[in-house]
Amino acid sequence: MSILINQDTKILVQGLTGKTGTFHTEQALAYHGTKMVGGIHPKKGGSTWTAGTGDAAGTELPIFASVKEGKEVTGADASVVYVPPAGAAGAIIEAIEAEIPLIICITEGVPVRDMVEVKARLLDSNSRLVGPNCPGILTPDACKIGIMPGSIFKDGTVGVVSRSGTLTYEAVFQTTQAGLGQTTAVGIGGDPVKGTEFIDVLDLFLDDEETKSIIMIGEIGGSAEEEAAEWLTEQAKQGRKKPIAGFIAGRTAPPGRTMGHAGAVISGGKGGAEDKTAAMEAAGIVVSPSPAKLGETLLKAIG
Amino acid sequence: MNIHEYQAKALLKKFGAPVSDGAPILSSDDIESAVSSLPGPVYVVKSQIHAGGRGKGTFKELGADAKGGVRVCFSPEDAIANAQEMFGKTLVTQQTGPAGKQVNRLYIEDGADIDQELYLSILVDRENSKVSFVASTEGGMDIETVAHETPEKIHTIAIDPLAGISADDVAKLNAAFELSGDAAKDGETLFPLLYNAFVETDMSLLEINPLVTLKDGHLKVLDAKVSFDGNALFRHPDIAELRDETEEDEKEIEASKYDLAYIALDGDIGCMVNGAGLAMATMDIIKLYGASPANFLDVGGGATTEKVTAAFKIITSDPNVKGILVNIFGGIMRCDVIAEGVVTAVKEVGLEVPLVVRLEGTKVQEGKDIINSSGLNVIAADDLDDAAQKVVKAVKG
Repeated sequence: MSILINQDTKILVQGLTGKTGTFHTEQALAYHGTKMVGGIHPKKGGSTWTAGTGDAAGTELPIFASVKEGKEVTGADASVVYVPPAGAAGAIIEAIEAEIPLIICITEGVPVRDMVEVKARLLDSNSRLVGPNCPGILTPDACKIGIMPGSIFKDGTVGVVSRSGTLTYEAVFQTTQAGLGQTTAVGIGGDPVKGTEFIDVLDLFLDDEETKSIIMIGEIGGSAEEEAAEWLTEQAKQGRKKPIAGFIAGRTAPPGRTMGHAGAVISGGKGGAEDKTAAMEAAGIVVSPSPAKLGETLLKAIG
Repeated sequence: MNIHEYQAKALLKKFGAPVSDGAPILSSDDIESAVSSLPGPVYVVKSQIHAGGRGKGTFKELGADAKGGVRVCFSPEDAIANAQEMFGKTLVTQQTGPAGKQVNRLYIEDGADIDQELYLSILVDRENSKVSFVASTEGGMDIETVAHETPEKIHTIAIDPLAGISADDVAKLNAAFELSGDAAKDGETLFPLLYNAFVETDMSLLEINPLVTLKDGHLKVLDAKVSFDGNALFRHPDIAELRDETEEDEKEIEASKYDLAYIALDGDIGCMVNGAGLAMATMDIIKLYGASPANFLDVGGGATTEKVTAAFKIITSDPNVKGILVNIFGGIMRCDVIAEGVVTAVKEVGLEVPLVVRLEGTKVQEGKDIINSSGLNVIAADDLDDAAQKVVKAVKG
């Protein structure tokens, strides 16, 4: 079992014909045969894309003129967006209108105003968006959507959810080293306005039978960690509970400065690491003071 | 990206907002002509720096009894004398830190006959993902203090992004500000106009503190602080032009040329990391082992050898740096590219401080081989924990 994606997930690529889209699609195809089913390009519909390098070199994918057409022909249930910032929101909205159930936007640098509109369009839609500015989702030995390095994963029992890409890799690497492995890793992204929040993913992990424990990695900025902590406390009262280890990046970040991620900023005295850590600990999460001890901390949380 | 008050007011004026007449002073030669361009009899001379708390700030070079960074003057001579005293001096406010900021620009404007001071800001509220107004009758004060002491006096009004600002939203704002008569009528024009300015120019913050009601009953924008979404500047070349590089750290300007996310800090361990989260976590772990980071630096996912070389040069140009930690978890970023960049940079600029390198992930072995065969005096680390301890030990002994 896993959440969101598995070996049957069929994926379209918006922005396949670009350099980034091509590279990561080659990597995905090579990762346990992830079912990439086609690409989208408004002017290149009807043509064919061919993987040039990697273990899947030579694999051909059809290019469709629209997401709607791509979905009708292939039965795709997911779409990954590599479209550059200026067109990324448009690409997401096209996928929402085509009723793609799962949309994952990797693009970094999407204007916030565009995401405010996307977020409004997601309400009452049939789509879930993960990202933007995220590394994607990976279910070990089954399906890789996005840019996470497949080699560090191991099929197992830990659910990983994180606002940071490279810290997701740390969590995956360390749980692999600890012998636990992962069910699914979800990078929700570092932007202030994004599709999927911690609570959405935690809810899925709590429901997933094979996920026995969870690592949650937050960072400074906003209050998503506090909201998740409050929500977890409520769930625990109803008996929904799993061991969780946590980490908050940015304890040493100066206030008012945006730390690489558009959403990682302490503003107006809000969004600091101490408040988040305290809220998470109050919800029973074992928070690691060190990013190098995520695996160790999770083992402690499991007991 | 932040802009100055005078730039913000010029922008808001273009959208039709009521602002006082004023003239920016970019060189001390402009002072007299700026003063004489205004009718008087009251002039307000305002320091233009990218930090708040100017009114209560103090000038480093002036005596303790000197006036602050915003001064009200009652004659042209008085205005000229004050402007001359302030220009080029270093203003220290609550937000600048003890080093203060040099006042390279002044703004002189017409005095206003103020009746009441209000607080208005527009921002993207992360909790509901909507553009929201924050309104309070407690203007002219630090809004964080108001939020802390009298939270009931702060009203938040979220705007539907698809429908835009409605008559109902405007009525709520007028009620929050307790406006009536001419001022409320002004609000009906001003609030939608500010919302449109915010959305059309991709602002991330518009703060008017204070928005005032004048003795004649009308509204006026008395101060304006505007920040823009850096990710949207590509569609506003005119706004990108407003950037004042003298307000920024030189190393940060250099880093931005290479599209590197770099922030100068005051510690002594230079960091080069891929990924914003890992870069922050690397700073945190250095602190955890008792030292302080000299910078935040995310080389990003698609870094080339040139970019890594540039990053390394920026780190070593900081005289406070006593040791360097390179921490890479290769996903898209390949360890061999990082290794090549580090080796190239060291050969070019030399290495006078200890360098600890931790590589993991994509092409890790190739990366390690490049470092090992380079003949450079590099301290290799097995993992992040090991790396942090080694660099702290190398610096602290």
